[in-house]
Amino acid sequence: MDWFKTLIKEIAKVIKGLLKDKVGRIGLIGVLIVIVLALGAPMIATHDVTEMFAKSKLKPPSGDFLFGTDDFGRDVFSRIIFGARVSLKVGIISVGISATSGFILGILAGYYEGKTDGIIMGIMDVLFAFPSILLALFIVSVLGPNLTNTMIAIGIVSTPVFTRTVRASVISVKSMEYITSAKSIGLSSIRIILKHVAPNILAPFTVQATLALSSAILTEASLSFLGLGIQPPNPSWGSMLSDSRKYMELAPWLAIAPSAFIIGTILSFNLLGDSLRDVLDPKFKL
Amino acid sequence: MRAYIIRRFLTLIPILIGISLSIFLIMQLIPGDVVSGMLGIEANPELRANLEKKLGLDRPLHEQYLSWIGNAVKGDFGKSFRTDKEIFPEILSRFKITFQLTVMAAVISWIIAIPLGIISALKRNTIIDGIVRFIALLGVSVPNFAFATLSILFLSKVFKYYPPVGYAGLFADPAKNLKIMILPAIILGAIMSGSIMRMTRSSLLEVMRQDFIKTIRAKGASEKVVLFVHALKNALIPIITLIGMQIGSLLGGTVVTEQIFSIPGLGQMVLTGINQRDFPVVQGSILFIAFVYVVINIIVDILYTYIDPRITFKVGR
Repeated sequence: MDWFKTLIKEIAKVIKGLLKDKVGRIGLIGVLIVIVLALGAPMIATHDVTEMFAKSKLKPPSGDFLFGTDDFGRDVFSRIIFGARVSLKVGIISVGISATSGFILGILAGYYEGKTDGIIMGIMDVLFAFPSILLALFIVSVLGPNLTNTMIAIGIVSTPVFTRTVRASVISVKSMEYITSAKSIGLSSIRIILKHVAPNILAPFTVQATLALSSAILTEASLSFLGLGIQPPNPSWGSMLSDSRKYMELAPWLAIAPSAFIIGTILSFNLLGDSLRDVLDPKFKL
Repeated sequence: MRAYIIRRFLTLIPILIGISLSIFLIMQLIPGDVVSGMLGIEANPELRANLEKKLGLDRPLHEQYLSWIGNAVKGDFGKSFRTDKEIFPEILSRFKITFQLTVMAAVISWIIAIPLGIISALKRNTIIDGIVRFIALLGVSVPNFAFATLSILFLSKVFKYYPPVGYAGLFADPAKNLKIMILPAIILGAIMSGSIMRMTRSSLLEVMRQDFIKTIRAKGASEKVVLFVHALKNALIPIITLIGMQIGSLLGGTVVTEQIFSIPGLGQMVLTGINQRDFPVVQGSILFIAFVYVVINIIVDILYTYIDPRITFKVGR
């Protein structure tokens, strides 16, 4: 369990570094708040997200309805809280898909080079040749808009970034002396990759994953805003914001609450990513 | 130089084949089939067969792909399922609108971002730098649809300003056209300026640290000369890469903005196509946008060689 101890030590070091940095502190706190809201949603929410209070349609924020109610008389606060769950779930699963496939593809391409590299990077170049929101939109519209397909689409769209990051790191690590010596004592390729190459590319990979989370949450919100992401009656910040446009004059709170949460969440992840980059790779610091 | 440009454009061919192939393959994933989508599941088999033949769906996949792409190269993207109109002329006329919006947004973002980025780098670690960096961070983190919605809300509540309804062409009614396009362009431009601001700042700081700047200063050049004649030119290279990528992603970003402001551009065409399940329209317009995106990136690559002669030298051999 030695590696486990080292891992914990490393993580503790990174968190310490983050807390020392003002930007990192704000980002970390923001991200923690979103996680707490998402995990504790059933306890924090004050009402059922689908329950319609016929007598309280489009009511402004009050003690009973903290963020007011929408045109169906549903509690906006509870929908926002459960929306955090949806956003985070989509973010984590789609980044999980893209990080895993990007990691494997990037290592294969970088380690073996030649034909394998050519084919993998060729496919990545093609995926890169689409504006990402458009490709996600296209995939979702073909597969049919729902939660699972949204996650698949975002996962596919963000795979090339991971593949490129991992491949570049693998290539730069590969020429190091300790890899050459590992090869010369006859270690198998898989062993070299897992034991010696992989740990050394974790830093850029983690930074990339944090930033990818923020863009996944952004893409989900955009798709839902266009009506092609999470489908009603499930709460999603993007679709709540889109629905709010019909009642802008009457009920501005409907637009303000989801915007604030979308912006706050993406901002937090970006701050955390920026600070992580500084902590993990001091070279980049300017 | 000319050889380089030609070679660069030749690399377009495999990428375009890849793009068209992936669009074609993704279209095959549509649950059910297009014909039942058009006629309903219980359609008369004879009617079905006729329509399948008319759309070429009875042929093997590779033949379908080759005929689609063969026609697309000639500018024939087929006809819309809904309106039965030719798709390509429609794409071109809508692209003009999207292109105008993109160019306006890009210019606005440069006007905001480059001066602020320079100031931020020169006044590094001061309050001004802090404010600029915060604005830049907002630009990177605020989604364009949220910014658009909040701006409309703010303008209507505070200034009683409502975005005009109905679209007018740039040449048909320039005044009305600009009135319609200016707000969406400012919104897209402001969002886009965030990352350009950051890039300008970090790239300028990087250049200012280099030895040749010290040499120029040692020779007694004024700070103005150092900045505007020497440093900026070198700092521009990564900024231009970013701008190229940004213009490409603007083409995608306009989908949402055009929807919010009811601008009849290419993005709206894609979205309407998707909502009406009008697949030839979706297929054609996405192929076209990806094509424009790739071409823009190549033009940016070529622009480098003008700004940074070192690159030509390397590739020229």
